[in-house]
Amino acid sequence: MRGISIQAIYVLWLRELKTFFRARSRIIGNVAQPFFFLAVLGVGFRSSMRFTIPEMEGLDYLQFLIPGLVGMTLLFSSMFAGLSVLWDRQFGFLREIMVAPVSRLSLVLGRIAGGMTTTILQALSILLVAHLFGFRLKGPLEFLLSVILMIIIGVGFVGMGVAFASKMEDMHGFQIVMNFIIMPIFFLSGALFPLQGLPSWLGFLTYINPLTYGVDALRGIMLDVSHFPLIVDFAVLISFSLSMLIIGAYLFSRCEV
Amino acid sequence: MQAIEINNLTREFNGLKAVDDISFFVKEGEIFGMLGPNGAGKTTTIRILSTTLRATRGEAKVWGYDVSRKPDDVRRTIGIVFQDQALDDRLTAEENLDFHARLYGMKKSLRKERIKQVLNLVELWDKRNTLVKYYSGGMCRRLEIARGLMHYPRVLFLDEPTLGLDAQTRHRIWEHIKLLNKREKIAILLTTHYMDEADTLCDRVGIIDKGKMLIIDKPQNLKNRVGKDIISMRVSSSKKMVKLVSNFEWISSVRIYNELLYLVVTRADKRIPFLVTLAQENALKVHRIDLRRPTLEDVFLHFTGRTIREEEGSSRQRISAKIRSWRRK
Ligand SMILES: Nc1ncnc2c1ncn2[C@@H]1O[C@H](COP(=O)(O)OP(=O)(O)O)[C@@H](O)[C@H]1O
Ligand SMILES: [Mg+2]
Repeated sequence: MRGISIQAIYVLWLRELKTFFRARSRIIGNVAQPFFFLAVLGVGFRSSMRFTIPEMEGLDYLQFLIPGLVGMTLLFSSMFAGLSVLWDRQFGFLREIMVAPVSRLSLVLGRIAGGMTTTILQALSILLVAHLFGFRLKGPLEFLLSVILMIIIGVGFVGMGVAFASKMEDMHGFQIVMNFIIMPIFFLSGALFPLQGLPSWLGFLTYINPLTYGVDALRGIMLDVSHFPLIVDFAVLISFSLSMLIIGAYLFSRCEV
Repeated sequence: MQAIEINNLTREFNGLKAVDDISFFVKEGEIFGMLGPNGAGKTTTIRILSTTLRATRGEAKVWGYDVSRKPDDVRRTIGIVFQDQALDDRLTAEENLDFHARLYGMKKSLRKERIKQVLNLVELWDKRNTLVKYYSGGMCRRLEIARGLMHYPRVLFLDEPTLGLDAQTRHRIWEHIKLLNKREKIAILLTTHYMDEADTLCDRVGIIDKGKMLIIDKPQNLKNRVGKDIISMRVSSSKKMVKLVSNFEWISSVRIYNELLYLVVTRADKRIPFLVTLAQENALKVHRIDLRRPTLEDVFLHFTGRTIREEEGSSRQRISAKIRSWRRK
């Protein structure tokens, strides 16, 4: 059961995609949420908010918000995809997967590949919605860089979801992760507000939050404004993703069904 | 070589011996049943044999492969139907099988052919494109059995294959199990707490209770061990009849209960005509005479001193059922 089975990864990926497109309510929910944020927060604050920070002068709040909401979608849908191990456990299907003559590493990689794909599809649909609000990327290079960034962020949070799900016995854990992990990561990421001039305690919490660097890099690529140099963002995100991949795979390989 | 061979297998959970020094074997092509109440250690044994749980002590081999040293070979060799449902109900029956086949590395042409074969075997071919969430409990079970057979396993584990199903569905599943055992020439280890299931399906039965395997034999031999047949008769005077039969050495006990006379005898089939004649010769009227052969229920009682309790599924199953119905909404 060592080694990687491409066919196993492929079939897990395929299952994730099939079930994703069949769960209409989930897709609608995941896209509707950022849409409302965009419509209410973005449009609501747009007229009254002016950035006083010099490098952001003249930036529209709606524009500022869009990369944050892409980050939000990446966070929520990839964590959900990782945590879906819990559903499989609850419905018994995890046993079917775990008893197959396939390495646990292949199983984790398959799940991450599937979760990352559906996550990116949802993030792209946010960009499509943003398009309706007049948001434009500069060119194909920016688009490509954004997608690469989405992959890195997606992998990290799917891995994190798998890691949590491997340590939890039932579905009750889901609410806990939702309230005590996902929500704080979202609100403390700078998705909704700029990082400049935060009080030090808040600044500290945002600095240890991986999504902060994800949102910052997205802003850097999409809007040309970033708090950290892009190279720092990428370095942090790549290390975060790799560690989550390793931790997720390790914990999953040791979990009992 | 045996299909399964277990020697002094023990598994402890925090000091509790869920499986306690069990040894048995299953022959090629045989249907072997583990019969025991809830918590006896049946599922734990299957989990060790399917390499998803380590044994604390002892040795287990499946198709010659040691479960702890050659788990990969064991996994390729076995098919398994878990106690709790393990289907993805958002996929169709065919997709569930296709998923399984790919996970087991089957080639496309073989996959297609085999899916048709196993679905026909359990009579679900017509329903192959239906989402599993619209399947009944019995259909799900049959689909799981079909899936267990997909990759041509040599040994099939069935953990409580008819738990919670109605009588008609159970009989249908028994027919499928008999058929596949014959057609696929596959060894089957099944667990159950239903006496009738063990009796109709199994070539040999092992009675397991509190982690210990108490006895293993053919169902008929087990019943013969408990021994004797029981004749119950209603005659015009039970007391007179008792006197008449008191001297025969083939009667081991006589009891009157509810006006009925119970005789524990050997070879009851031969004794009935004799008893009827005897009564008539002594001017007693025989209103009714009945013969009961021992069942596995009696066997279980004999070896454990208890009757087997039939509890409604595990709590985990109830929770799953609840969530499943919730997700369907
Ligand atoms: N993972 C576990 N942790 C602790 N105890 C367990 C675990 N699995 C089973 N047991 C215990 O082991 C015993 C045997 O369980 P099991 O093999 O499921 O019985 P059966 O399948 O015959 O109903 C029970 O007392 C059960 O509570
Ligand atoms: Mg059990």
